[in-house]
Amino acid sequence: MKKTFFLLLISFTAGASGTQLPTGTVNGVQDTRHSVLALTHATVHVSPEKTLKNVTVVIEDGRIREYLENSSVPDHAVVINYRDMHIYPGFIHLDAEVGLPEPAKRPPFSWGGPETLQTTVDGAYNTNEAIKASYRAADDFNPSQKASRELREAGFTSALTHRHDGIMRGTGALVSLADEPAQLTVLAAQASQHWSFDKGASKQDYPVSLMGAVALIRQTLLDANWYTQQNQMTDLDLAALNNNTTLPHFFSVDNWQQTLLTQKISDEFGLTFVVKTAGDSYQSLNPVVNTGQTLIVPLNYPKAPEVNSILDSYHVEYSDLKKWQVAPFNTRLLAEKGVRFALVPGDNKKGLTTFLSDLRKAVTHGLSEQTALAALTTVPATILKRRDIGHLEKGARADFIAFDQPIFNDKAQLKDSWVYGERMEINPRLPLSEGNYTLTLDDTSHQISVHFNKGQLTLKPNQDTDHTFQAKMDGQLFTLIVDEQSPLMAWVADGQIKPLPTDRDWMMTFIQQSEKVTQSDSEKTVKDIPNIPNPFTAYGLANSATPDKVLFKHATVWTNEDGGVLENTDVLVVDGRIKTIAQDIADNKADLVIDAKGKYLTSGIIDEHSHIALLSVNDVAVNSSMVRMQDVVNPEDVNIYRNLAGGVTAAQLLHGSANPIGGQSALVKMRWGVSPQEMLIDGADGFIKFALGENVKRSRNQQSVRYPLTRMGVEQVYRDAFNEAQKYQTAWDDYNNLSRSKKKKTSPPRRDLAMEATAEVINQERFISCHSYVQSEISMLIHVADDFDFKVNTFTHILEGYKVADQMKAHGVGASTFADWWAYKWEVNEAIPYNAAIMDQVGLVTAINSDSAEMSRRLNQEAAKTIKYGGLTEPEAWKTVTLNPAKLLHLDDRMGSIKEGKDADLVLWSDKPLSIYAQAVKTMVDGVIYFDRDKLGALEKTIAAEKTALIKQSQASGEEKKPQADVAQPTLHCDSLITKDAILALDNGAES
Amino acid sequence: MKTPLFTLLTLLIFQADAIRPKPAEPQVAPETFINATIHTGEGDVLKNAMLVIESGQITYLGDYQQTQTKGQVTDLKQQHIYPGFILTNTNLGLTEVDAVNASIDFKETGELNPNVRTAIAYNADSMRIPPMRFNGILLAQVVPVGGLVSGTSSVMQLDAWNWNDALIQNNDGLHVNWPAQRTKKFDYATFSMKLEKDKNYTDKVTKIKTLFKDAQAGHSPDNIKLNAVSAVFNGDKQVYIHANTPKAIIESIEFMQSIGIQKPVLVTDSAALPVIDFIISAEVPVIVSSVHDLPQRTDSPVEQPYAVAVKLQQAGVLTAVTYPGSMSARNLGFTAGTTVAQGLDKNTALKMITFNPAKILKIDDRYGSLAVDKSATFFISSGDALDMSGQQLKAAYIDGRKIDLNGKQQKLYHRYHDKYQLTE
Repeated sequence: MKKTFFLLLISFTAGASGTQLPTGTVNGVQDTRHSVLALTHATVHVSPEKTLKNVTVVIEDGRIREYLENSSVPDHAVVINYRDMHIYPGFIHLDAEVGLPEPAKRPPFSWGGPETLQTTVDGAYNTNEAIKASYRAADDFNPSQKASRELREAGFTSALTHRHDGIMRGTGALVSLADEPAQLTVLAAQASQHWSFDKGASKQDYPVSLMGAVALIRQTLLDANWYTQQNQMTDLDLAALNNNTTLPHFFSVDNWQQTLLTQKISDEFGLTFVVKTAGDSYQSLNPVVNTGQTLIVPLNYPKAPEVNSILDSYHVEYSDLKKWQVAPFNTRLLAEKGVRFALVPGDNKKGLTTFLSDLRKAVTHGLSEQTALAALTTVPATILKRRDIGHLEKGARADFIAFDQPIFNDKAQLKDSWVYGERMEINPRLPLSEGNYTLTLDDTSHQISVHFNKGQLTLKPNQDTDHTFQAKMDGQLFTLIVDEQSPLMAWVADGQIKPLPTDRDWMMTFIQQSEKVTQSDSEKTVKDIPNIPNPFTAYGLANSATPDKVLFKHATVWTNEDGGVLENTDVLVVDGRIKTIAQDIADNKADLVIDAKGKYLTSGIIDEHSHIALLSVNDVAVNSSMVRMQDVVNPEDVNIYRNLAGGVTAAQLLHGSANPIGGQSALVKMRWGVSPQEMLIDGADGFIKFALGENVKRSRNQQSVRYPLTRMGVEQVYRDAFNEAQKYQTAWDDYNNLSRSKKKKTSPPRRDLAMEATAEVINQERFISCHSYVQSEISMLIHVADDFDFKVNTFTHILEGYKVADQMKAHGVGASTFADWWAYKWEVNEAIPYNAAIMDQVGLVTAINSDSAEMSRRLNQEAAKTIKYGGLTEPEAWKTVTLNPAKLLHLDDRMGSIKEGKDADLVLWSDKPLSIYAQAVKTMVDGVIYFDRDKLGALEKTIAAEKTALIKQSQASGEEKKPQADVAQPTLHCDSLITKDAILALDNGAES
Repeated sequence: MKTPLFTLLTLLIFQADAIRPKPAEPQVAPETFINATIHTGEGDVLKNAMLVIESGQITYLGDYQQTQTKGQVTDLKQQHIYPGFILTNTNLGLTEVDAVNASIDFKETGELNPNVRTAIAYNADSMRIPPMRFNGILLAQVVPVGGLVSGTSSVMQLDAWNWNDALIQNNDGLHVNWPAQRTKKFDYATFSMKLEKDKNYTDKVTKIKTLFKDAQAGHSPDNIKLNAVSAVFNGDKQVYIHANTPKAIIESIEFMQSIGIQKPVLVTDSAALPVIDFIISAEVPVIVSSVHDLPQRTDSPVEQPYAVAVKLQQAGVLTAVTYPGSMSARNLGFTAGTTVAQGLDKNTALKMITFNPAKILKIDDRYGSLAVDKSATFFISSGDALDMSGQQLKAAYIDGRKIDLNGKQQKLYHRYHDKYQLTE
């Protein structure tokens, strides 16, 4: 290995560049040169704001020495005529992987095989192998001529390179893209720290989910802090993390939701991230802008889907077409909002080859030329805190690129790339400048213009004349035929035409450059920004603007309160709250009066068990209490709108059922078109998912090795977790009770996010919603909770709750169940549709939930089944999807009934709400009407019309199409597992 | 713990514990029902009407006439009579617990299985059957799935000692799963479902076409696969095309009609909507496979699947609705109710789970509606059978036999109702 490197080094030093390392061994005689170069007549764009015209650039030993006016040339300089050339600072690529070995591939996660619970990496590294903070790109860096050349061809002269593998990816190196040995190209060995939410090649199961990645990052940051105060162990990754805190932190994300997540982490830990986005910020512009982060934006332009016939539009997503339409405006939108960003090529394979044209596309879509240049030069240099690159002021590295026209001209071509004063030809320059020449032949002058058309030289007289001119270039040999006389020959060097000896007297001299060389393309028509739905999906076009004061008149009001059903009653909503419930409220009290005669007004449906609006559902740690569903809330999910259409106004978004202790719930309201954070219910109590039975004991996987594999083991997982949480708490209590002086001498216990959440459960600061089926396990958890002196809040699913309803009542736990699901797995054999009614009649707070994006929009009908099965009264049945889930979620002081002062989460129904024939006519959350059936038909027509127009437009564009369209994202339920690699179901049963 | 043997044992023990209701005895004496609201299933409602059944058949239907009453007379004031619901395209009787492989019998291995028959695998004692009957489903077309040609279905009545006496239409249909040019695949790069070209698409279509053409040619009379297909050419067996893309619908129907099968039955979903005019002109009937479903795309109309059957029905297509799988298929009646909210009248909605499926299954001479000389297969409900709120079945009859509506779920309900001393 070492030998190869040595040989390689020799070949470098002996290569064409003749580079010698100061410390190297010379095989021959010393050949050290002090170089001075002068590029004359150049146009130099020193920085985005500053341009020098017709100057001589003097380069000395790889740096810009000075600029000279009036075509002057310094002494001892090698002169190159750079007439026609536009020089720009070389671009800096902030997200490269150049010169690094490709990271290993990992087989996709599958529930089918044995789990990998521990790290598979040997050595004193972090116990999670996705944490590779000690990796140093500089250690592995070896310049790749091919990769460097490809980058140079796109205009880059230096790059920040890091290994795109893992959640904490270690440090990046700033390298120059010269074809020189690594000793000369590494400009900074430790230039940056790199992070992502993607565990990359890690074979360890945890984390499989986005929220798991967040939890791992948070825990690792806490561990790094703890590490400085402990002396029990060595962890090279934590040590590296601590050593590299002053380096700029780069965070690569896959979507805009993750862009927002990085901000959450930086807020919590006081870090600043430069975020490499997916180029999709336009999908959620304001929240992304509000993070205030500096971004690295790839020029990603999604292709429009292929449509071969009108029938194909059945398979085409509106949002795909819309992405094709809006994505090119992304950088402009960010710039207009004042976001500071750097640009990098698109993330697809061809991103680098199409980079310059992609850049021009951004400009034709309204990104200013200055901002575009800054995003490739000054901005990345500032991020890296480098003063020697990104501009061409005196003293800067002579890293620049030269174009034959202004860079943003459509036909501009990159000719030369210069790295540290070394010229590398990208495309050959024209042998002659294009433009006007004077031809003097036998005392006659002709004004002629010279052009190249696809490499072919053409001459054209500039005024009417009978003379004809033909010319040809053969290498540097120029042949001119005037009026079909015998040819004249000349030798072209440095743009000068020197006639070869002949009996005729002639010369041809350059007068003036062609306009296309000096001018930017005449005023490009900048495209208008199209309408952008919010959220970025078809139904984001819905208009939910609602006045502050809304009055429902003459409704039949199902209050869920003592008053019961109020006929012909008015409800006044002011500022998102129910202000007045009375008969005959005057119309003038409101800005919007809704005639609700013959209709039914209820509080909104609350789904205790939902997995919509999530980017991920399950992680795999047996105790996953450290993961938070609030980290993966996805406000773009159209199922939110569909839920609104079914009268749902709030839901508990639960972690899945892969683990005895699952993650922390997100309690949301169905606010449509807001950020993930704004969906969360302010001030709601903390909840957590627990799960029992077949899913957690991995019943469908014959090869599972993960403890527990039986219900016996499940109990012990709880006893162990609570036991440990108590110890954890005692340790912290002891520490916190120390006197100030003693505290200084004592290391604090290690903070453990899972133990903190588990302790919260014991302390009744976080409340359990426990996936459960059979009576034995239900009873078990009650006993465990009793032993640790806390209450289980809710059993969810709880299909055998009817068998232990008395025990549940004694414990004080509520129930949230399905109306009539059964037969999908072994443990639901004795599920009966009377379950809810029995539990309710025994006196449990009983709710009906969905666990299904489809059924959640029919929960009113599911509630009605409790009348058929078990004979609940209408008010009792209705409460199972409104007031009772509100109680289970501790939200009944604000939601769940129609009462003055409560949140205006209201649904107006066309028919008796428990009837199969009832439809939600209007659904209001916090006083905002997000769903309005009266406008639905028009909205659906608008969507269809815009889609048709977009298909036409994309067909007409002649751009390359992607093979086929998307189909709707699969919906998630309890058993779904989303990983970077796949969506898997834990069980193919009918919890789907 | 997880050996198949153990699973099998537990299954057997479990089954021994939970005995199915005993099949009812044949009708011996005539019965008369008066003052009922009778929904014929053919689109009519008779108020204060009378129904007389004798030897398993309807002998009188109409206004009350004392002279026509026979046998025991039951006053059904404020109650309703409906024809038994027909659950088409179901795996009822072929599966018990979807997560337990040993209990599943609906999918044979291989691509071309025209010869496999659901009838002989149908478990008349399936624990899934009583809950169906409890909600008025009295007949079912039991259908295999998987492969390109998944096999041959039969129509069963849901009160039987065994599959032999459950049969009311043996080998009624051959089920073809028409492939789509593109199949769904998860795309890691964009993290969404994609349609990907199915490289084997042409092969698959050719396999189906060759099977039918070889069967039609009749050159191999000893080939059991071809023989299972050839019945479709003399009308003994119908062809059911399961197709879920607009193009596959056109392609499959064009092919079937080109080989002389004029009226294949199309089993589909919202894929029918873009080709509704084609379906009308092809004059094929449609079974809508699922009502309570999510829209096909994010930009699809919010309640699109609820309305598919409505649009077909309103366009004049002979349309039935059914329910996927069998776990929740007891809600069939409510899916018909759902179409009412989308613009159908209740009688037409009812038709889509009674008379229309009977016509499609070609059993409408005996079942699917209430008419004189037809089978006395119906149920009595305290309320609107399409709406779950406040409706109970009071009795049900199959071929005049009064069946036991209660099953294990009701027994467990009463057991715990009593345990907690709950009041009615």
